[in-house]
Amino acid sequence: MGDILFGLLAILIGVAASYGLYWLLNLLLSFLPERIRKKSDWLAFLTPAAVLVILILVAPLFQTIVWSFMDDRARNWVGFENYIDLFTDPRFLQILLNNFLWVLVVPALTVAFGTAAAALSNQVGPKLESIFKSLIFMPMSISFVAASTIWAYFYAYVPPGRPEVGLLNAVITSLGYSSQPWLTIDEWHINSFLLMAVVVWLQVGYSMVVISSAIKSVPEETIEAAQLDGANPWQIFFRIILPQVWGTVMSVFVTILILVMKIFDIVLAMTRGNFNTSVLAFEWYKQFFENSNIGPASAVITVLVILIAPLMWLQIQTARQQEMLR
Amino acid sequence: MSKPVHVLRKLNLGSTLGMLILVVIWSAPTLGLLITSLRPSSLAETSPWWEALFNPLGTVWTLDAYEKSFNSGMLDSLINTFAVTIPATILPLMIAANAAYAFTFLDFKGKEFFFALLIALMVIPLQSSLIPVLRSMVWIQRNLGIQFTGTYVSAWIVHSAFAMPLAIYILRNYMMTLPRELIEAAKVDGASSYQIFWKLILPMSIPALASFAIFQFLWVWNDYLIAFVFVGEQKAVMTYRLLRLLGQYGQGWRDVAAGSFISLIVPLIVFFSLQRYFVRGLLAGSVKG
Repeated sequence: MGDILFGLLAILIGVAASYGLYWLLNLLLSFLPERIRKKSDWLAFLTPAAVLVILILVAPLFQTIVWSFMDDRARNWVGFENYIDLFTDPRFLQILLNNFLWVLVVPALTVAFGTAAAALSNQVGPKLESIFKSLIFMPMSISFVAASTIWAYFYAYVPPGRPEVGLLNAVITSLGYSSQPWLTIDEWHINSFLLMAVVVWLQVGYSMVVISSAIKSVPEETIEAAQLDGANPWQIFFRIILPQVWGTVMSVFVTILILVMKIFDIVLAMTRGNFNTSVLAFEWYKQFFENSNIGPASAVITVLVILIAPLMWLQIQTARQQEMLR
Repeated sequence: MSKPVHVLRKLNLGSTLGMLILVVIWSAPTLGLLITSLRPSSLAETSPWWEALFNPLGTVWTLDAYEKSFNSGMLDSLINTFAVTIPATILPLMIAANAAYAFTFLDFKGKEFFFALLIALMVIPLQSSLIPVLRSMVWIQRNLGIQFTGTYVSAWIVHSAFAMPLAIYILRNYMMTLPRELIEAAKVDGASSYQIFWKLILPMSIPALASFAIFQFLWVWNDYLIAFVFVGEQKAVMTYRLLRLLGQYGQGWRDVAAGSFISLIVPLIVFFSLQRYFVRGLLAGSVKG
C-alpha cells in the first residue's frame, strides 16, 4: 500500500514539476522590460529542452569520445591503444561482422515482409484487413525482453527423451531430423539469424502500417489506366504501385536500419552475447557493466557512433523532403 | 477503405490465404507462451502447448502461475513501472511541446541549424551518453548528497532527454500545419506567447500530443537499459524482473511466461484502445505528406 502511495506521489510531483517550471520561467521573463521580453520569449520555451539535450545527450557524447582515449578507470591517457586493442582482437572483428549481418538482413527482410503484408491486406476487404493488420502489428507493443521470452520458448531445446516444448524443434523432429540447441549454434551464424528473426517479427507491423497507408494514397486513376491497358495484378503492383510508394519504402528501410545498428536488448536477453552473437551495443554493455572498463567500453560505442554518423545526413535529408511537401 | 480494384477480385482468395498464413506465423510464438502460462506446472514441462490448444477441454487450465508471480514481487514491479512511465511520458511531452512551439512560431538566430542538429541526434545510440551521465549522478550523490541513482527521478530525467529529438520533431511537424492567422490574430489582441501556447497551441495540438504520448509510454514501459542503469534493483521495473527470471532457468518456462504476460497487459491495452493515434504518430514520423 505504501508503495502505491509513493508511486502516486511520484507521478504527481513529476507532472506538477513540468507545469511549474514553465510558469516560473515566464514569471522570470515578465520582470524584463517589454522590448527585450518580446524578443527573448523563445528562451522561456526552449531553455528546459536545450538544457536537457545538452546535459544528457550532447556533453556526455563528447565525454565518451574523450574517455575512449583513456584507460580502464578513465584516469590516464592511452592514445589509440583501446582502438588498436579492439581491431586486433578477432572477437571484436566477429562482432563487427555480426553487426554487418544484422544490417544486411533485417531492414531488407522487414521491408519486404511489410510491403507484402501491406499489398495483401489491401485486397481482403476492410473488416479482415483491420483484424489481420492488428495481429501483425501487435508485436510493436511488446518489449524486447518479453519478445525474447516468447522466442526463447519458441526455440526451446530439451534434452533427448523428453517431449519437445519448443515449436521449432518439434517441427524439426517431425521432419525426421534431431532437435538442436539452436541458440548455441554459431556455424554460419545460425543463432544470430534466429535473433534477427525476432526483430523482423517485431518490426514488420510498423513497416506494414506505414507502407500500407502509402499504397492507399496511390491515385486510383493510375491503377485504372493500367487495368484498361490489360496489365495483370503483378504488373500493376510492381510497375504502378511500387514505384509510387518507393520513397516511403526507403524511409522505412532507413528507420529500421538505424534501429538495427543499435540493436542490444535482444542479444542481452536471449544469449547474453555468448556463442558468437555479440554486437557493438552489447559489447559496450559487457565492457562497462561486467568488466567496468570505461576506456574500452567508450571506444566500442565510439566505433558505433562513427559507423552510424553518415545516417544522420540521411535522416536530415528525409526530414527536409518531408517539410518541402508540406 | 480498400481499393475497388475489380480485376483483382479473383486474387482476393489468394491474398486472404497469404495473409492468413502470415498471421498464423506471427501469432504462434505469442500464443504458445500464453497457453503455457495458463497450465499447471507439471503439464507445462512435460507436454507441448499445442496439445492443449488442440484439446482445450481435455487439459487442465489454471491461474496458479499468475498468482505466484504476483506473490513474488510482480505487483511491486507493476507499480514501479507505472511510477517510472507516467512522469517519463508527461514530462518530455510538456518540455518538447514548449520547444516545438519555439521552433515553429518564434524567431531566433540559428533556428534551422539547431533543428537539423536535433534531427541528427535521433540517430545517436543512447549508450554513447549513459556512462558519463551515470558517473555525474554518482558524483553529485557523493559530493552534494542528492540521491539520483536508484530513484525514479533519474529515469524520468534520462528518458525525457532521450525523447526530446523525436518528440520535438513530431510536434513541430504537426504545429506547422496549424493556421498561422489565428496566432497572428491573438497577438494583435495582445496575447503573450505564454498565453498563446497554453490557450491556443496546446489544445489544438492534442492529436499530435496523444500520438507521441502513446509512443513514449510504450517505449518507456518496454525499456530495459535505462531502468537497469538508473533505477536498478531497488525499484525493479517489469523488464528488469523479467530478465532476471529468464536468467534463472530453474524457474521453468511457466513462471517466465506468466511474468511476460503480466508485463504485456498494459501495453496491449494501450495499444489496442489507442491504435489509431499510435498509427497516426508513426505516419507523422516517417511518411511523406
